[in-house]
Parts: sequence; structure tokens; C-alpha cells
Amino acid sequence: MDINVTVNSKPTSADVEPRRLLVHWLRDDLRLTATHVGCDTTSCGACTVLVDGTPIKSCTLLAVQANGREVTTVEGLATNGQLHPIQAAFKEEHGLQCGFCTPGMMMVTAALLEKNEDPSEEDIRWAISGNICRCTGYQNIVKSVELAAGQIKAERADATTA
Amino acid sequence: MFPSRFDYSAPDSLDEALATLGQRADETKVLAGGQSLIPLLKLRFAAPATLVDINRIPGLDVLEESNGHLRIGTLARHNQLAADSLVGRRYPTIASAAPQIADPLVRNLGTIGGSLAHGDPAGDWGSVMLALNAEVVVRGPTGERRIPIDDFLVDIFTTSLNEDEIVTEVLVPQPEGSFGGAYLKLERKVGDFATVGVAVHLELDGDTIARAGLGLTAVGSRNIKPTNAENALGGNKCSDELFAEAARLAAEAADPVSDVRGPATYKRAVVEAYVKRGLAEARDQARARAGRT
Amino acid sequence: MSTTESHVHGIGQSIKRKEDDRFIRGKGTYVDDISLPGMLHMAILRSPLAHAKLVSIDTTAAAALDGVVAVITGADLAAHNLAWMPTLSGDTQAVFVTDKVRFQGQEVAAVVAESAYVAYDALDLIEVEYDPLDVIVDPRKALEAGAPLIRDEKEDQTDNRCYHWESGDKGATDAAFAKAAVVVSLDTHYPRCHPAPLETCGIVADVNPATGKATLHLTSQAPHAHRTLFAIVAGLPEQNIQIKTPDIGGGFGNKVPIYPGYVAATAASLLIGRPVKWIESRSENLISTGFARDFHMSGDLALDNDGKMLALRVKLVSDNGAFFADAQPTKFRAGLFHIVTGSYDMPVAHIEADGAYTNKAPGGVAYRCSFRVTEASYLIERLVQNAAYELGTDPAALRFKNFIKPEQFPYKSATGFEYDSGDYPRALELALEQLGYNQLRQEQKKLREEGKLLGIGIASFTEVVGAGKSKEYDIAGLKMFDSAELRVHPTGKAILKIGVQTQGQGHETTFAQIVASELGIPSEDVVVQYGDTDNVPYGLGTYASRSTPVAGAATAVIARKLREKGRTLAAHLLEVSEEDLEWETDHFSVKGAPDKKVSIQDVAFAAYTNMPDGMEPGLEGVHYYDPPNMTYPFGSYLVAVEVDEGTGEWKVRRMVAVDDCGVRINPMIVEGQIHGGLTEGYAIAAMQLIDFDEEGNCIGGNFTDYLIPTAWETPHFETHETVTPSPHHPIGAKGVGESATVGSPAAYVNAVVDAVRHLGVTNIDMPVTSAKVWQAIQDAKT
Repeated sequence: MDINVTVNSKPTSADVEPRRLLVHWLRDDLRLTATHVGCDTTSCGACTVLVDGTPIKSCTLLAVQANGREVTTVEGLATNGQLHPIQAAFKEEHGLQCGFCTPGMMMVTAALLEKNEDPSEEDIRWAISGNICRCTGYQNIVKSVELAAGQIKAERADATTA
Repeated sequence: MFPSRFDYSAPDSLDEALATLGQRADETKVLAGGQSLIPLLKLRFAAPATLVDINRIPGLDVLEESNGHLRIGTLARHNQLAADSLVGRRYPTIASAAPQIADPLVRNLGTIGGSLAHGDPAGDWGSVMLALNAEVVVRGPTGERRIPIDDFLVDIFTTSLNEDEIVTEVLVPQPEGSFGGAYLKLERKVGDFATVGVAVHLELDGDTIARAGLGLTAVGSRNIKPTNAENALGGNKCSDELFAEAARLAAEAADPVSDVRGPATYKRAVVEAYVKRGLAEARDQARARAGRT
Repeated sequence: MSTTESHVHGIGQSIKRKEDDRFIRGKGTYVDDISLPGMLHMAILRSPLAHAKLVSIDTTAAAALDGVVAVITGADLAAHNLAWMPTLSGDTQAVFVTDKVRFQGQEVAAVVAESAYVAYDALDLIEVEYDPLDVIVDPRKALEAGAPLIRDEKEDQTDNRCYHWESGDKGATDAAFAKAAVVVSLDTHYPRCHPAPLETCGIVADVNPATGKATLHLTSQAPHAHRTLFAIVAGLPEQNIQIKTPDIGGGFGNKVPIYPGYVAATAASLLIGRPVKWIESRSENLISTGFARDFHMSGDLALDNDGKMLALRVKLVSDNGAFFADAQPTKFRAGLFHIVTGSYDMPVAHIEADGAYTNKAPGGVAYRCSFRVTEASYLIERLVQNAAYELGTDPAALRFKNFIKPEQFPYKSATGFEYDSGDYPRALELALEQLGYNQLRQEQKKLREEGKLLGIGIASFTEVVGAGKSKEYDIAGLKMFDSAELRVHPTGKAILKIGVQTQGQGHETTFAQIVASELGIPSEDVVVQYGDTDNVPYGLGTYASRSTPVAGAATAVIARKLREKGRTLAAHLLEVSEEDLEWETDHFSVKGAPDKKVSIQDVAFAAYTNMPDGMEPGLEGVHYYDPPNMTYPFGSYLVAVEVDEGTGEWKVRRMVAVDDCGVRINPMIVEGQIHGGLTEGYAIAAMQLIDFDEEGNCIGGNFTDYLIPTAWETPHFETHETVTPSPHHPIGAKGVGESATVGSPAAYVNAVVDAVRHLGVTNIDMPVTSAKVWQAIQDAKT
């Protein structure tokens, strides 16, 4: 089946089998390998991407369902080679260790901070509770999200006063 | 994991969807949020010949009050219900249950219609709708049916929805008087199915219970409506003793099995504890609402 | 130990991780990210039964499916002498079933196809006939006379016992018990769990048909050991095997063994002549690869009337599954469980362990643990807590009374360990103070009067890590040394090549910091390489918290050796004698004339451009470090929980962790390791369980049944430190990756038990589910 999907701002067309999962299309066909697979049961969130701005598990959406929609992966987070504040914050606060869950965590964070520019620790823990991390114990992920929130808020404030 | 092959269509009208479904209804599955169906496809526990994706049909995500009901379109996502301000103001049981379903990412796609049609006794919406005396609206080749939720839920993974029908809406009666509600869910972690879930809805006239609705999750082969407990509450004044008696009756109505989530005796005890707590919470909400008006 | 100026970013600084630059951009390369031209995909068919004779396999339909290149069965592997392989504990393990199935999920056949989707389609078409046999899932029943024999293919095997092992002094222990005033006993099961790193295991096997070179892109915590074992298993010449370990998405012990899928994919690539990728599904990971724990333990602790510990006796039965595949040093059949005397001055002890074959997956890996230290730590800390209740004394006070005192180090334990250093009272004091222990005890009392349940749990653990000491420790005969090769380039930049393998621990950062401190080259100028056996020196790999204790030591030693060569070069450059030079951070200067100096960069340049006559050119070297002893990290963990009596639900209110892992190379990374370990400890205490029904069906075969805590359940951690350097380690570090997983489960469980002990509850086995707490309360009431 033919699909047209905007992937990381780039219009992309393909002929895919209906059964092909979005995550496999991204990883294996488009070679966007930042998005990972960590389970078989829609439990881990390593495959989280944004579809029309909403974070979803790309292992539980067919590629054909993304037809006509906009998909954003971690590869689309940085702009013009400039790290997104979320990326910088995850490094700064040691919000990752093995790095396998990190892309999913960052995409969930991106969606959270779109809706809530000043989330509490509880908000953050709730928002990332569909994503499993085996290394960090989440505490530094929470700190990373807090730092990113502050950065983004400050940038917005700068932009409005400038 | 990797689903087996199937044909796929994504019609943009309900009639078209019903027509496709009608061709090979026994081998076709309706794809709504997909958060139960696609995992089954991936594990090859389900291998339908055709999927009919209803996500592109306009109007199926309606969420509004009309004609004495809250109309919830079948495609209303769990997170949509969790965030909706009308639901938050007027339907506390729904507002309380929605954010406890699955996890935040699944809630972004999972739908109320898909969840009810799945017929999982561990599903949360069934209990909520039982407590609220909701009706399920379905469309088939011969037209529309309105099925009371208690008749819709039949047995484990079995509903009274025919193979060639699609759930289109859920109708929840608007609450009257001062009301309160809650959904209490014991889960082992976020994203787990309920060990036990209890939905509570109360409508008070002064301190007298004008209507009480209860629903129990994961303690039987379908969501359970403990009518004895509801009847014990109706018409009586709120009291801790009354709530304790209702909780006891609800625990009696529960028919849990022992499994990895705990022994049956335990699940009964949790039903009893949660019904008591849920009723108290609903009463407090109702009193607070009465105080405000 | 050198004092490090901040500008070289050496030991003690929380510099940001180098590896993060690729991960935050999604540019990490994990095995599944590798795609080679012509690559095929393999999927494995697994047995639905736990114990059954294999009657027949029909692969005709699968082989005929469009896109299928090959179907491989046990018979095919047997034809190439690959049906069985050695385990890390000197046993054998079936690669694919040839005679009978011994656990649910065992490998029966594989399909190699043009795509993974087609490979799975073909699996559905393979028809297998099984003849079911009686299943044994209880190791104690497995050891009873007349139990069905699981390992009937082993010539000398007449029962299901896979080992018997003892440690300590039985006679002296029995004598001490005979005169003890108080004996406290605990029967407990440390349940089977699984490390479940977020990335499952996998391989891209690429055997070049022209050259015979086998390049194996592998999820491996021990690339060199795997190379040698592959050479032995597959009969390939070792110089033609290259293990390349890309980024690893967590290991925690899961990626130490060699799995049948690796062997099958390599064989397939060899026979077909194309690269073959096999990536485990999560279910495959949980049901077939290295499990952890599964110890049934009975402990008796003897004390005198004053609460002084006299002796410890432990009998245990381990459930090793169908093949004895524990990843552990050869000499120690129950790992380092004999560290079970813990932090206490225990005059005598005796341990008796029996291992049983059962119809379960093999493994026995050290899940974030140094070979069964976790089980040992759990048992002693639970026993001590219960002993305090028995004696009517405070659990903290009983610990203080019995701790090995700081002045007793080095301390020889009753089971033969020589503890290197420690200050146990200081760590516990700090933890108590941070928690506000006395106040919390008062609140507990008050809440109890109101019918509310608050519990405080303590665990004062001691670990033994960093294997270690080649005389005693080897795995599959390979001595447990490790290595570091340091190459300083003419411009003063360096490459460090190490034999250990990071899986998220941040080696690229911390090992560069060691070089920075020892050789003065800023850590950002040091590239750390690992995980390519053609490129880095031989090492035993990363597990059992051994990277810093062993390879970290090797790194410090080789850096010092190069520094000494640098001294000769500096003397040559400054035209003074070596004795007149002193070393400071990153340069040599002339004693008494600090302005006369040369930097390490000057020295490096001279090593290639201006060496003294007769000196071997270059500034490179390799060191293989054989540790003189293990290291003994320790700490005290305190947990406060609130328990709901009506439903058994429990919630952590506070978690205070004091860790002493000696010198901290990168405090930020150390803290991250502790956070992770505390979380996995919580997970094991609260929810992680691989269980089986009577038919041997695995319950816990995916993430909806094998529960991993999310950010929502995971407690907030308050971490603190004391620093007691290891006296024998070149930089005084001890290793920290596992302390928190080892020490914390007992603290959580002790806290829950403490909350309900006045109701009569003395034990709740892990995982401590709300259902179990509720049940324990009901049982105590009746």
C-alpha cells in the first residue's frame, strides 16, 4: 500500500505491506535507527515517536496508519545541527546511561513540555510512566526534564522580550 | 514482533466500513485505537484476514452533552476523556478512571469503543459504564441498536456486539442532584491491568442516596454490577455503616479467581475496602458540590 | 594517589559523559541498528513444553515459503558437531534440541529468511511432534530419589544434582550453636528474576566465505572470552574470529553467557555465506536467556544473650534450570555466596549448597551482582533484622554491636575472604542521621497507636567484587585478569584500549579520567576504545563490578609506566637527572626550580622526535593486571515504608543510601549507578518475578507479566557517601555498579516486615506484593 508520511519534516513516500509496524518502517526502511524496540507487548516505550505531535508507541501503530500524518523521531529533534534543549539537558543531568530508552524518553519529554512548560516532579514521573528505563532509576531523567523545561521557558522569555 | 499478513482498508465513512466488514465479518477485525488488537497481532494470537481501520471516519470522536446524555464517540481516546473539562466537571467517575487506564502513551491512542468491544473483564471502562448505567450504541447492516451496558458485556472477551457491527457511541445519563464518583484501581505498576478495580457513582438528594452505581473490574468473567449493593444504598441516608454493608455486598457479588495478582480472598477484601473508600469519596464530592450550589 | 588539578578533568570530577553526544542524537549503534549488504534474518522456534521427547520435525512447508533461505534443526547442527556447547560452569548445553526438550522456550529450530517478517511466517509452518514427559519445577523435589532424570544424556548423571559445595568449618559452627543462648532462623526463597536489559540479546554474524573470517557483531559483556569460547565451540581458528561489540543497551549480567541463537546465526552465516541477523524478542529474552537468583535458603544465626553473634549456618538449594550455566568462577559452585557473614564479626560459619537441575531455563547469571553476593547479603540482613526482634533490641544497635570494627581490617572472614578496608559504623551512623532514625521510630510508635503502619528497614551490606586474583578466580579456565593498552600520540593525545565492555557505565569517560589523573593528559584528549577483539587487548569483560577494580587498575598502572618513561624523556629534555625531577599533575619540573618544566605533551612529542640515545621510541604500552585481592564495597541503606493494612499496599516514604565504594572516579556517574541499582533492588523486592506453573510454563515471559517499575512507582533516592579507599587498588577504587542491587532488597523487605511485625509477621518472601503483605497479616491474625 502506498503511503505518504512527513518524517522529520521531510515528505516521504513508500509502498509498505499493511502489516508493517511503524517502528520497522522507520528503522529498517528509512534507517532511522534512533527509535528502538525493547519489548513485544507495548510496555516499554523505547519506540516512542510523535505522530502529529502526540507521543505514541510506534510498535503499536501500523505504518499505513501514519499515512498523511507527521512523524517526528529523535533524529528530527535537533535543528540545524543545534541540540534541542532536551538533548542538552539529558547530557547535563546524566539522564541516560546505556542510551537505549533515551530517544523514547526525550520524545515524551518534548510532548510534555509542549503542553506543560513548568511540570512538577509528579507531572514528569507521570508523563514518563509509559517508558521503561533499566539504568538510571529515573531520578536523573526527572532532573533532565526539569532542566530542559527551565531552558525552554527561558528561551521563550528571551524570544518575547527580544 | 511481527504480525502475519492481512488486508487493510481505511474507509472514510461508516457505511463503507460496515460494507467492508460485512464481506468477511468472521475474518475481519475493526481497528480503533489498536492498543489491544495490535499487540495481539504482533504476538500472532490474532491473525485476521482483514483490518478495517475506522480512525479516518469523521465524527466518531464526538464528546458532548445532548438529550440528557453525555455522548462519547467510539474513537474518544482515554487521554481525551482524562483531559476534557466537561467530563472533569460532570462525570467524576469517568475523569477518575481515564488516567488510570494503561499508560500515558497507550492512552493517547486507546479508545473507549475499542476497549468496551474488547470485552476484557480486566478492562476499566466496563465497570465505569456499569456504575453509570450507560448504553452502547452500535451500527450494523440493519441499522442502529442501543444496548444497555449490562447486556453488552457478556463474558470474557465476549460482548453482544455482532461480528458485522461496529460500536459508534457510548451514552452516559447526565447526573442529577449533587453527585460524586471515583474509580479506584489496584495495579501492580503503571500500565498493568487491574488486580481489582471499583467504579462508584452517587447522586444525593440532601444526604439521601437518590442513585448509586457500582462496577467491579477483574473479579469475574466480565465486569460486574453488584446490584444488591446498589439496592442497599438507594433511598438510604449516607453513613459509614451503610457503606460498610454495601461494600460487604459488593465483595459478595465479586467472583474472582486466584492468580498471579493474588488469591481470590484477597481480591474480595480489596473490593470491600475500595467500595467503602470509593463511596466515602463520592459522598464527600457530592456534599462539596451541594455546598457550592 | 595523585592530586589532580581540575584542568585535566581527572579523578573526582563529575565531568559530563563523552558517550552521550551520540546517544542524545539517536546516533548510538546497537546490534539491531547494523544492516549489512545481503543480510538475512533468523527467527527461532521454541518448545511450548517444558519436558518432552522430540519425536519429529517437519520443515517442508517452512522451507518452501517464498523468501526462506534455510531451516535449521538440531539434526543439522549435530551434522556439524554443533548440537551441544559448553557452559560457563563446565556443563554442556544443547544448542538446539536433538533428543528431548528440557525447558519451555528451548531452541528447537530456526528459519533464515530474507526478512524477519517472513522468518516468523515460516516458523508457523514448522510442525513438531513432542512426547510429553513429567515436569519438575521444584528443585527440592528434583533432588528427591526417584525424580525423573532431566540430564539423561550425561553418562555419569544418575540424579538431578548438579553440584554439592561447602564452605567454612562445620565442626566449629556446630559447636558454637550448641552453646548459643539464642538461635534465630529464617527460611526464605530469593526468587528467580531476570536482568532484562532494555535491549535484548542479538547478533549479526558475518562469515566471509572467501576469507573464512567471522565477524560477529554481538551483545556481549565479555567479547574476548566469547571469542575464545566461539573458537572452542565452533572449531573456528581464533585468529579468524572478530567479536565486535557495538553500543550495548544494558547488560546487568544477561549478556555474559553465550546463547544458542548466537551459535545458530554464526553457523547459518558460515553455511549460507551471507550475514545473518538474529535479534531476540522480549519473550525469548525472558524465557530462555540467563535468569538470576532462585536460591532456597535456610539460615540459622547463633547469638549470646548480649546479642553478640557466635556463628552462622546456611543450607541452600539452588535451582539451576536444565543446564548448569551459571556465569561464575570455576572454583566456587555457589558463586561467592560464602560472603554471607556480611558486615559482621562472625567467629565461625558453615555453608552447604546443593544445586538442582529442573525443567527451567538455564542461566544463573550474576544480575547486577558479583556471583551470588546478592542472595548472601539478603539472607544475612534479613536474619539480623529478625534477630533484633527476637532479642528485643533495636536493629541498628544489633548491627553496631556486631560490625567488623575499622581497626580489624584487613579482616579475615570465617569463610576465607580477606576484607580489604571498611568503616561500617560510620556508614550506618550517617544513614541513621540522614533519615532521622530516632524521630521516625517515635512516629512509628505514635502511628501504630492510631492504627497506621510505618516500617523502617535497614541493610548494612558488604560486597566482594573485582574478580580477581587469578590463583583463585577463573571462568571456564580463563584467569580473571584484565588489561589496558595506552598509546600516547606525538601531539600528546591518547587512545586507551581496554578489555572490559561498557553497557552504559560510562567507561569512555571514567577511564579517560584515570589516564588524566595518572598521566596529565586532559580526559577530553583520551579516546577510550573497547569491544573489538581485533583492536583491544584481552580481557574478561564487564560484570561483577570488575571494570574499575581490574581494568581501572590496569589503566592506572600502564599510565604510571608511561609516566616513568616520560620521566626519562623529561630528564633528557631538561638536561637534568631523573632524580632531580618531580611530577605535578601534567608536567615534570626540576626540584627547586618549578619554572624549569616540560609538559606531558612535550614529553610525548619527544618520545617520537627526540628520545635519548638507546631509548626505545614511542610512548605506548599494555598492562595486564592481576589483582592481589578482591575489593569490598559496603554501605548502609535505610528505607521507610507506609503500609495499608486493608489492602497490603506499601509505598516507600524515604530511601536513604550511604555507599562507600572507595575513591569515586566520577561522582556523577557513581551516583547514577547507585540510583539504577537501588531501582533494580526495589524492582526485585516489589515485583520482578520469573515464575512457573506445575507444567513448567513460564509466568513472566513478557513485560506485562514480568514487571519493571516505572518512574511512577520508583522511589526518590537520597544518596550519601563515605570514602574508605581500597588499600591495594592503585587508585583506591572499589567498584560500585552492583552495590545498590545487592544491598537494597533486604532494606525494602525489612521495612515492610518492620511495619507489620507487631501484628505477628516475621517474614514475607520477595516479591513483596500487596497481596502477600495482606495475606501475611491475615495469617498472623489467625
